[in-house]
Amino acid sequence: MAEETENKVKPPSRQYPDPAKKIEQEVKTTGHSWDGIEEYDNPMPRWWVWIFIITIVWSFGYWIAFPAWPGIQSATSGLLGYSSRANVAQEIAEFEERNEVFFAQLNDTELDEIREDDELMRFAVNAGGSVFAAQCSQCHGAGGAGVQAAGYPNLLNDDWLWGGTMEDIHQTIRYGIRNEDFLDARWSEMPAFGRDGLLDDEEIDQVVHYVLSLSGSDHDAELAAAGAENYEINCASCHMDDGSGDYFIGAPALNNQIWLYGGSFEAIRHSIYYSRFGVMPGFAERLREAEIRAVAAYVHQLGGGQ
Amino acid sequence: MWDYVKLAVLGLVVVVAAVAASMARDLAYFVHMMVIILAAGITFFWVLRRIGEPVPVVNQNEYMDGPIRYGVIATAFWGVVGFLVGVVIAFQLAFPQLNFEWSQGYLNFGRLRPLHTSAVIFAFGGNALIATAFHVVQRTSAARLWGGGLAWFVFWGYQLFIVMAATGYVLGSTQAQEYAEPEWLTDLWLTIVWVAFLIVFMGTVIKRREPHIYVANWFYMAFIITVAMLHLVNNVSIPVSLLGSKSVPVWSGVQSAMIQWWYGHNAVGFFLTAGFLGMMYYYIPKQAERPVYSYKLSIMHFWALIFLYIWAGPHHLHYTALPDWAQTLGMTFSIMLWMPSWGGMINGLMTLSGAWDKLRTDPIIRMMVVAVGFYGMATFEGPMMSIKTVNSLSHYTDWTIGHVHSGALGWNGMITFGALYYLVPKLWQREGLYSLKLVSWHFWLATIGIVLYAASMWVTGIMEGLMWREVDAQGFLVNSFADTVAAKFPMYVVRALGGTLFLLGAIIMCYNLWKTVTDSPERKPAAAAAVPAE
Repeated sequence: MAEETENKVKPPSRQYPDPAKKIEQEVKTTGHSWDGIEEYDNPMPRWWVWIFIITIVWSFGYWIAFPAWPGIQSATSGLLGYSSRANVAQEIAEFEERNEVFFAQLNDTELDEIREDDELMRFAVNAGGSVFAAQCSQCHGAGGAGVQAAGYPNLLNDDWLWGGTMEDIHQTIRYGIRNEDFLDARWSEMPAFGRDGLLDDEEIDQVVHYVLSLSGSDHDAELAAAGAENYEINCASCHMDDGSGDYFIGAPALNNQIWLYGGSFEAIRHSIYYSRFGVMPGFAERLREAEIRAVAAYVHQLGGGQ
Repeated sequence: MWDYVKLAVLGLVVVVAAVAASMARDLAYFVHMMVIILAAGITFFWVLRRIGEPVPVVNQNEYMDGPIRYGVIATAFWGVVGFLVGVVIAFQLAFPQLNFEWSQGYLNFGRLRPLHTSAVIFAFGGNALIATAFHVVQRTSAARLWGGGLAWFVFWGYQLFIVMAATGYVLGSTQAQEYAEPEWLTDLWLTIVWVAFLIVFMGTVIKRREPHIYVANWFYMAFIITVAMLHLVNNVSIPVSLLGSKSVPVWSGVQSAMIQWWYGHNAVGFFLTAGFLGMMYYYIPKQAERPVYSYKLSIMHFWALIFLYIWAGPHHLHYTALPDWAQTLGMTFSIMLWMPSWGGMINGLMTLSGAWDKLRTDPIIRMMVVAVGFYGMATFEGPMMSIKTVNSLSHYTDWTIGHVHSGALGWNGMITFGALYYLVPKLWQREGLYSLKLVSWHFWLATIGIVLYAASMWVTGIMEGLMWREVDAQGFLVNSFADTVAAKFPMYVVRALGGTLFLLGAIIMCYNLWKTVTDSPERKPAAAAAVPAE
């Protein structure tokens, strides 16, 4: 080791001035001492003073250019005539102007004919998708897949509750489902067969097995057979003999594997016992007609449009 | 005689609170009355047991360190509680399943969030400020605390305030004003305690034996007085019933919003900045054993800070119903505030010039320096975020959360830890800390935790700001809100981990301080005499 270091060029000896000594030589303290703490009488750093002054000068300039100091009736309005509200209004107006043609066209086109005009349809899907993201995705999911078995319908398939034509979807969005806000809201109510004593527990179990059999799920054939009669009397008028449901009164199809509240024995039993009452708000007062039409077009093309 | 008056008053409080509890209109009020009965009852028996005992003669030439020792313990305790709740809610945001069904209405995010903010700001920060204010004002005034037992009242009264605020939050009693959530009853109690705090502090300053008032005490005074004013104005409200916790604020609409953020911003300015600068101005020169860098700078930046801070509140309300002129003033005063804020950083850092080597050997100094560094970063970031163009991106995003935490964890947390490490051996007459190695561990855990926290929040904040404002060529929003929430998930996990590291560091600190008191060799009592240094 020693040999090696002797052969190497020695690093320069570090003899920087000790900053502490330097300060003590040049700067005195104020002469006060509190509990042993003293204060140097250093000047304020120049850069600090200058930046401080610059920010003050800049502020004065800003006050002249922008609305700033309040008086009794109003505030100084600034040389630039800036107004955050006017700016927003202007920005909105710009987009409005750009989209005006399309909105007008959407309003004037028959719902079923929107998709025949490629350009209009592209606009509608884009606009509808944006509105959907803001207004609908909370329940139906950002991609429209709903929330499985939780009562938020999947919009990507062709299993509709209230119908999947442009007219149907448009109507549903406009007025919603089972809400108190619109007379035209879609409305139906399934009886709570168990809670209200329309069927006893044994009968309900049988009907559940019959419903399971309609969709080809695992079920007890004997119980299902026993439930057939009660199904026919109590359920078939809405859900149809074959379980294909009825769009007109929002009766879900029972003959497939798509379940709004889950397809387990317990979930179906709960539906029959207590009934369900899914609500959707109407958007007729929240959105413009053209926007509602755009959303209808968007939902229609998600996969299940009829 | 005086003791009998105390007993009569305490007894009356118990009876009145019991009656009020029996007629309570809501659970939170009932629980508060029970807490008051408990507090007054304990004090009653405490006074009763001491009646007739000879009053110990107080040596006016000795510092009163009892409330400070208790304050140090309370600071460490509430710190851990506050950090823990913070970690819990950070995980709740990342994994909403942690809002358990059984705890809905008590321990879900909405209830715990104000508990976290109040616990760290008012319980941890507040206790740290009260304890250090009492410590610093005595040392730098060479005088015992004024007011006899009043300092004890301040300490215990403040703990009662914390308990009432915390129980109120969990039970849903809130004014829904950020950082001013407690309802009228708790507010009134805090007012009484705060006035007592002011009296003790000012009394001590007035009877000081030093010719001048030390700069730390200017900051403490500004903090105490301004917080009193903010608290009173923002909390003006009319109780719905004297037997219920709910009240109706007097302010409404945009005025209410403006007053709330005038309060909110200056809670940051005077509680978390001015008060903690007071702390910095004593403990850094003491720990570094160096004079303060510049007296001139300390005067200039003190007055500039005090004058400018109070105007900056409207920057919390950019692009809202608040008139443009108020937004302009809020923004420009925030910009002008940049250098006055940095004055404290310069004085803190430059005080170390000539003692930089201590950064290697003394982890406590390292902690304090990092604290001042984060202070400088946060007080640069703040004015920058107040610029309207920047704010239009940052506002309502996690960037704000990151900004607040680099200030709160980095500045307030680290400087408090530094002060606690300084104080405990002094207050319990120990030779030194139990373990400097553990301080080093605390330092690194906390620093890495803060970096994880702040960096992840910058990333999510800017990302979500950009996602929110993203529109296509036709002006339609591209992302749904749920899209932005989903995109933030990984960063939320990183944030929660950062918080966990910070919490871990604080637990190590508690262990270290505990061992210092119990295991460290005793220092020869160098009589805590209040003699002027000159």
